[in-house]
Amino acid sequence: MSSAIPLYFRFLISYKDFRMTSILTYTLKTLPSTSKWALRFSVRTLSCSSQLHAAPAVQTSSKKTLAKPNVRNIVVVEGVRIPFLLSGTSYKDLMPHDLARAALSGLLHRTNIPKEVVDYIIFGTVIQEVKTSNVAREAALGAGFSDKTPAHTVTMACISANQAMTTAVGLIAAGQYDVVVAGGVELMSDVPIRHSRKMRKMMLDLNKAKTLGQRLSLLSKFRLNFLAPELPAVAEFSTNETMGHSADRLAAAFSVSRLEQDEYALRSHNLAKKAQDEGLLSDIVPFKVPGRDTVTKDNGIRPSSLEQMAKLKPAFIKPYGTVTAANSSFLTDGASAMLIMAEEKALALGYKPKAYLRDFVYVSQDPKDQLLLGPTYATPKVLEKAGLTMNDIDAFEFHEAFSGQILANFRAMDSDWFAQNYMGRKTKVGLPPLDKFNNWGGSLSLGHPFGATGVRLVMTAANRLRKDGGQYGLVAACAAGGQGHAMIVEAYPK
Amino acid sequence: MVASRAIGSLRRFAASRAFRPHGYIFRNFTGSSALLARTHITYGVKGDVAVVRINSPNSKVNTLNKELQAEFTEVMNEIWASDSIRSAVLISSKPGCFIAGADINMLAACKTSQEVTQVSQEGQRMFEKLEKSPKPIVAAISGSCLGGGLELAIACQYRIATKDRKTVLGAPEVLLGILPGAGGTQRLPKMVGVPAAFDMMLTGRNIRADRAKKMGLVDQLVEPLGPGLKPPAERTIEYLEEVAVTFAKGLADKKISVKRNKGLMEKLTSYAMSIPFVRQQVYKKVEETVRKQTKGLYPAPLKIIEVVKTGIEQGSDAGYISESQKFGELAMTKESKALMGLYHGQVLCKKNKFGTPQKEVKHLAVLGAGLMGAGIAQVSVDKGLKTILKDATLPGLGRGQQQVFKGLNDKVKKKALTSFERDSIFSNLTGQLDYQGFEKTDMVIEAVFEDLSLKHKVLKEVEAVIPDHCIFASNTSALPISSIASVSKRPEKVIGMHYFSPVDKMQLLEIITTDRTSKDTMSSAVAVGLKQGKVIIVVKDGPGFYTTRCLAPMMSEVIRILQEGVDPKKLDSLTTSFGFPVGAATLVDEVGVDVAKHVAEDLGRTFGERFGGGSIELLKQMVSKGFLGRKAGKGFYIYQEGVKNKNLNSDMDSIFASLKVPPKPDVSLDEDIQYRLVTRFVNEAAMCLQEGILATPAEGDIGAVFGLGFPPCLGGPFRFVDLYGAQKIVDRLRKYEGAFGKQFTPCQLLVDHANGSKKFYQ
Repeated sequence: MSSAIPLYFRFLISYKDFRMTSILTYTLKTLPSTSKWALRFSVRTLSCSSQLHAAPAVQTSSKKTLAKPNVRNIVVVEGVRIPFLLSGTSYKDLMPHDLARAALSGLLHRTNIPKEVVDYIIFGTVIQEVKTSNVAREAALGAGFSDKTPAHTVTMACISANQAMTTAVGLIAAGQYDVVVAGGVELMSDVPIRHSRKMRKMMLDLNKAKTLGQRLSLLSKFRLNFLAPELPAVAEFSTNETMGHSADRLAAAFSVSRLEQDEYALRSHNLAKKAQDEGLLSDIVPFKVPGRDTVTKDNGIRPSSLEQMAKLKPAFIKPYGTVTAANSSFLTDGASAMLIMAEEKALALGYKPKAYLRDFVYVSQDPKDQLLLGPTYATPKVLEKAGLTMNDIDAFEFHEAFSGQILANFRAMDSDWFAQNYMGRKTKVGLPPLDKFNNWGGSLSLGHPFGATGVRLVMTAANRLRKDGGQYGLVAACAAGGQGHAMIVEAYPK
Repeated sequence: MVASRAIGSLRRFAASRAFRPHGYIFRNFTGSSALLARTHITYGVKGDVAVVRINSPNSKVNTLNKELQAEFTEVMNEIWASDSIRSAVLISSKPGCFIAGADINMLAACKTSQEVTQVSQEGQRMFEKLEKSPKPIVAAISGSCLGGGLELAIACQYRIATKDRKTVLGAPEVLLGILPGAGGTQRLPKMVGVPAAFDMMLTGRNIRADRAKKMGLVDQLVEPLGPGLKPPAERTIEYLEEVAVTFAKGLADKKISVKRNKGLMEKLTSYAMSIPFVRQQVYKKVEETVRKQTKGLYPAPLKIIEVVKTGIEQGSDAGYISESQKFGELAMTKESKALMGLYHGQVLCKKNKFGTPQKEVKHLAVLGAGLMGAGIAQVSVDKGLKTILKDATLPGLGRGQQQVFKGLNDKVKKKALTSFERDSIFSNLTGQLDYQGFEKTDMVIEAVFEDLSLKHKVLKEVEAVIPDHCIFASNTSALPISSIASVSKRPEKVIGMHYFSPVDKMQLLEIITTDRTSKDTMSSAVAVGLKQGKVIIVVKDGPGFYTTRCLAPMMSEVIRILQEGVDPKKLDSLTTSFGFPVGAATLVDEVGVDVAKHVAEDLGRTFGERFGGGSIELLKQMVSKGFLGRKAGKGFYIYQEGVKNKNLNSDMDSIFASLKVPPKPDVSLDEDIQYRLVTRFVNEAAMCLQEGILATPAEGDIGAVFGLGFPPCLGGPFRFVDLYGAQKIVDRLRKYEGAFGKQFTPCQLLVDHANGSKKFYQ
């Protein structure tokens, strides 16, 4: 729940910047036809023999593969997302399952997967629409998946989609299923605002009241303040602190300046715009919104100038804080979906997978003072688990909740003192090189629909590896509750 | 145990805020004499902002003493003289303390009120210069900012405080019987408004940073930081400094205004206070309340009102003069000396004189989930001790668990805890009916019913399951610890820990050691008590230990006085007007008549005539009629739910009539009645010191005031003897001895003091 910036405030700015953003050419990458896949497939099998491992894969680079003996290789066949939009824009009249449906339909369309092949569906979401609390199931039914395919919904704050993906990995690795769809959805344009507890209690009691007398006596207890609505909490439950506030304190703890934060945010927007212009954001599937135009691209990318950004007032710690609307991720609507399979199943179905999903970890720490340091803790753990080092990673995809959060994580990873005193390590984790870091933009610029971001991170890592010829990607994210996640994505050999 | 319950409720009644010496305010600190190099104050310049850092050497806190003041004046003069400096930030280098107050010894060293007045005037002058500084000064406050520290801060142009629990602002001078003597009485009303200023100065309460912001006492808050590239506390101070420097610059550049937007209520209040008639009404009302609460026993609050009034009605010049004069007068009063004595005593009783225990107690078990047991569990889990609460029955255990939860939840309601912190603290508590997990406990505190055979049974059961190092502590108010330890396999590990009810409110813990209790056991018990936030006195074993033993003869005299026909209401008013927080008759009702009877019989057997006086028959008859006090709804008074003014129990008349003793006219004046009660208390306390039950008079004073509600304005029985004069006390005792008998015979120690004009405190 990175964007806890008051909605109206956020919206004001984004609207302004939205106009500033010139309309750019958008190219939707055409999809490889099945025949091309088949061709590549045969090439791949040929080179298989040269591998030392028993794994049926070959590596284009000299690095070893992370396949483990007696563990199924799990692959991403394809992953898509509908464009991520600022809350309160084109998706605002929809319901969460509508967005999830669109992502699922997009996945179906792009992969041509026979519906009956899908064993299971898992979706992540954070703020639940009470009518569709198992949004995975509602969306799957509506997207035309078989009603024989079970579905469940998971929640783990900003790493809900990561949890959906790793749950899928677990199910496949355990041999229970071969084909699982994982995804995530968030609709921040509409959130459940409830009656107050007192009002709810009264309404429930009224339901049970049998006689007119009982009802009247209940009604007589009504007070005007019962009508005060209850908004979904934007604050951490355990500490009552909003995430932006915590991010501001985190930035201050690591002495990250306002300018540095603005610069990083600007970088994110510039890179995202470049990626958008160059058509690199190929995970996007267009979405024809009922009653509106077809949405084809993200609308939160708004490269500005440092001068413009410097004018904004702090959004959380007033009047001297450093986190502003311009250097935070914004409230976003969006959904994503990914087709995950056991490698042999994918090959048998004739697919050319995009990447392997390898080792992953979840971490958690103090939700007050280390709320957003998940990546710092998760990164060394997942590298160790995979037997890799920082140098082995060709593409880093970190979730950008706030500029300050990313930069604080950098400082923490670059600090021996922090490593020794808080992580129980002898030396620092080390900095990810910036030229390999979120090269196609990040949550700050592309947007961050809480439940859906994880899939975007993995797909971006996979797509970047494919484009640049790298082998390993590292995905990391922080989440409310002081939790974090990291996963190694390995490029599928070409 | 039950006796202590009642004593606790007694404290609850006490004009609770009127007296609670705070740990800091005036710290004892004598720094090294001023050297050439500055030792307390350093400063550096950041751009055009001077950062003045306060850091008294060899001390955990900064105190305003002579050297610090001299250095501060010197530094400020340099800053004012420098052309390259446009503003300044005042900050402490000590985490957890801005300035804890003025140096108490600076006042103690003064012989006359004129000298004290002079100290005050020096402070006033220094702060006036700050207030009129042409270069804006920002006070960056982290940690306690009390007394003189607060006065310094409010003389600055701007205040920024860290929003953490350690950062508190307050004017606790009143708790020492004095007033804010460095301009505080004049500046505070202007800053926060007259009503809020009165509240601060008359109660001495600590104000947390967020509240201070709302009141207008500080201008900005800085959130404490978590781990970064440095330890959190260190970085937080650095951050506070960075923010303060930004604001200092802004103030110098006139980009930030020192004016603050007042809320509607504030505007209304300040408007109302501009009307002379309203002001007069406010003074009158405040004065009335103070008189009612202090019964005229404490001069400081009234003087504070007077000084504030002078400043507002006659202008600041008159106000400052009045402030320093009254400050001087107050510092010389007996009340102030008594209260300062208590402060010193409290500091002493917050230390572990037995050193660090070999093994820190981390796992605690409490037996018995009654009022006391649950209370002990609450103050333990609160401080992170893993605590097992064991009871014999599920309903009993449930009640205890609920008590702990409620205690914590009340703190949530007062915003002292978050609900999450409550849950996490509550998770330290394990409720159970068996001895599971006792093999891991480091200390067991039993709080089962006051019955020797039951305590023996429990002790044996527990010793079968606890590890060798585990300490067995008994929470009893009267049973001798050596009798309890007599069945123990390892009496060196047995000790008494006498808590007072309600445990979470009462600060006192009386630790009782037997001849066989080991030093390490003692140091462990004290360490646990300190962790629980208690003020601790350590006494030798004996019937009634110290606290119960002092109370018993006074109770006997209460009965005697009632028998003489003084009605309970009159008796109550006589005792409260002497300074006791609860009237004597009400106290018996609160203790429980059956308990009082039990203790009186017990100790009466042991001590004989000295505990005589009143007829125990009175208590017996009350018990037989079911007048057990508040818990039964009837005692001397009738207690009804929701009825505030309690009425006398008219059914007592026949009991009084049957036991009536004719009063002796020459020793039955109101004053005599008061002194008959107090001298017996004091005599017994002195006896405890004489017999070695008490180690020091200071502990005796702390025990009496914090545990039994002995009038704080008298400073405790020993301080009272010193200030009132041992001779006078002995004379009184002799007079009453002549009239009533041996129960008034002064003990040898008092007689010695009277003859040799020795004092308990030098």
